Amino acid sequence: MKQVDLSRDNLALGSFGGAVFVGSGAIGLVGLGVAYSLKGIGGDDAFMKSWLFAFLVVLSVALGAMFFTILQHITKAGWSVTVRRIAEGIAANLSWLWILFVPIFVLVATGKGGHLFPWADYEIASHDYLIKKKASYLNVTFWCIRAVVFFTIWAVIARFYFRLSRRQDASGDYRITNTMQWFAPLAMILYALSQTFASYDWIMSLQPKWFSTMFGVYFFAVSVTGFFSCVLVLVYFLQRAGRVREAITREHYHDLGKLLFAFGVVFWAYIGFSQYMLIWYANIPIETSWFFPRQLGSWFWVSHILIFGHFVLPFLLLVSRWPKRLRGSIALIAGWMVLMLCVDVYWLVIPTVPEVALAEAETYDQLVAAVTPASIGWQLNVVDFVLPVSMLSLLLSGTMFNLRRCSLVPISDPRLSESMSFENY
Amino acid sequence: MSNTPLVSTRERIWGYAAEFTSPAAITSAAKKVAAAGYRWWDCHTPFPVHGLDIAMGVKPTILPILVFFGGMTGTMLAIFLQVFTNSLEVNLWAIVPVIGYQFEVSGKPLISAPAFVPVMFEVTVLLSALTTVSSMFALNGLPCLYHPVLKSKKLARITDDRFYLVIEARDPQFKDEATRSFLESLGPEAVETLEP
Repeated sequence: MKQVDLSRDNLALGSFGGAVFVGSGAIGLVGLGVAYSLKGIGGDDAFMKSWLFAFLVVLSVALGAMFFTILQHITKAGWSVTVRRIAEGIAANLSWLWILFVPIFVLVATGKGGHLFPWADYEIASHDYLIKKKASYLNVTFWCIRAVVFFTIWAVIARFYFRLSRRQDASGDYRITNTMQWFAPLAMILYALSQTFASYDWIMSLQPKWFSTMFGVYFFAVSVTGFFSCVLVLVYFLQRAGRVREAITREHYHDLGKLLFAFGVVFWAYIGFSQYMLIWYANIPIETSWFFPRQLGSWFWVSHILIFGHFVLPFLLLVSRWPKRLRGSIALIAGWMVLMLCVDVYWLVIPTVPEVALAEAETYDQLVAAVTPASIGWQLNVVDFVLPVSMLSLLLSGTMFNLRRCSLVPISDPRLSESMSFENY
Repeated sequence: MSNTPLVSTRERIWGYAAEFTSPAAITSAAKKVAAAGYRWWDCHTPFPVHGLDIAMGVKPTILPILVFFGGMTGTMLAIFLQVFTNSLEVNLWAIVPVIGYQFEVSGKPLISAPAFVPVMFEVTVLLSALTTVSSMFALNGLPCLYHPVLKSKKLARITDDRFYLVIEARDPQFKDEATRSFLESLGPEAVETLEP
């Protein structure tokens, strides 16, 4: 095994980190302001929906980073040590991401969330049979409590791993690794449950009569896509800026690319299709109601962009070995996947069928006739572009802030040399 | 050489095997053998030695390409199988009329893509796996029921603690004494003669 020699490598963000922190932070804040000033375009309801969409994009990236960190400890992985610190830095944003959720939280908590979450509307909740049946879970108080619990769990886990890992940098104590590994299974279970129910609460309950037991897994696939694609892009630009040039090798790109291929492309498609096919085959109105707006009008094309842009194209690009080993090409594909992540979350959150159309129509043809002229379909709203870009900038800014004073690599990790010298065969 | 045997063993030589005691030694020897331009040679080690493939200059395998086309064949086969068997009426070569087994399920169209996807997936995986295994056998020359390396009692230590570099007599560059002395110049523990 090679001796670890990182003396010539630049492991500190330094002034570059400060510049990115200020720059992307400013872009993010200005972007949020611009989006707020533009909210007249779609109206308040559309703005809140776009806000939820953008928030879920950054949340999925941060949750994916937390999942990755826990996964490395639960499997005692050696290969990933040099990229783990960056994942910890992204995940540590979970301690402030709740601030971006406050507008939605306040909206629902004050009882005005009915336009976003129909179950939060007192009129609907007290008259609709199915929603009334779900009221013991889908009610404002319990929803708010759950949101607080989720953010607490995430902040505690993410901070715990980030703090212990940095403490090991200073002390070099290998027992810290044991502690992190000991807590990893517990953290993984908490992560899985909180992430699943958060996806039920914040995405699935947008259409409260619809249900899918696969949905939590789907959101997991979304978040892992988000993490692997974002971390590849981030590492690429860090190396362009002269950081971690030796610590993170071509082999790490290759392995992250494999994981992006496995989770972000194939697993995502597998889960998405499994969910679709069962609903398509059974053809029960209450289940198909979720896919119905997603194949009407221009949403049909957004769905197909996902099939081809999120699965077929990246599958063909990533299936061979060399595109994952060339830094430029894997970073480019990862950048494309970040875009597809945004399209995917957009597709999850935005489409709706006007309740009026659903109430009036009796057959599918009548329904299509009733909604096509109405405001169904993908509509250009500049807020939907500004908000995710702003929030991703804020996430980048926060990541730079988290990593500003620590080494970009866990320099005292007992498995560091293993990570530096492994090779793919 | 002074210890030339009285009886020529030229016809009996299958190759020479040089014995090394460490992965580092055989890796550096492999580099020199590759640089000397030998083609029919191989390294036998008790465990996979990292970097040995690169040192030997082994070309990347074409197996992934074969598997890709095997898998694609599976996808096409699955589409054809399902569309053909569900089809209303097909005239094969315009002379053989075939009426499909029209299996209508829950009012779906006979040819409906979502229902076909699981079969497409399974047949793709099946043919990929079969292509992988059969191509691996073919590319490695398996099954190989006899190999001269296995005949030597000394080379049995390949499975324990010795590393052997074998140059075969069929190599165009193989010249009895020259190859032997070339192997000896690589600093092995010993050089064995392998019989066919």
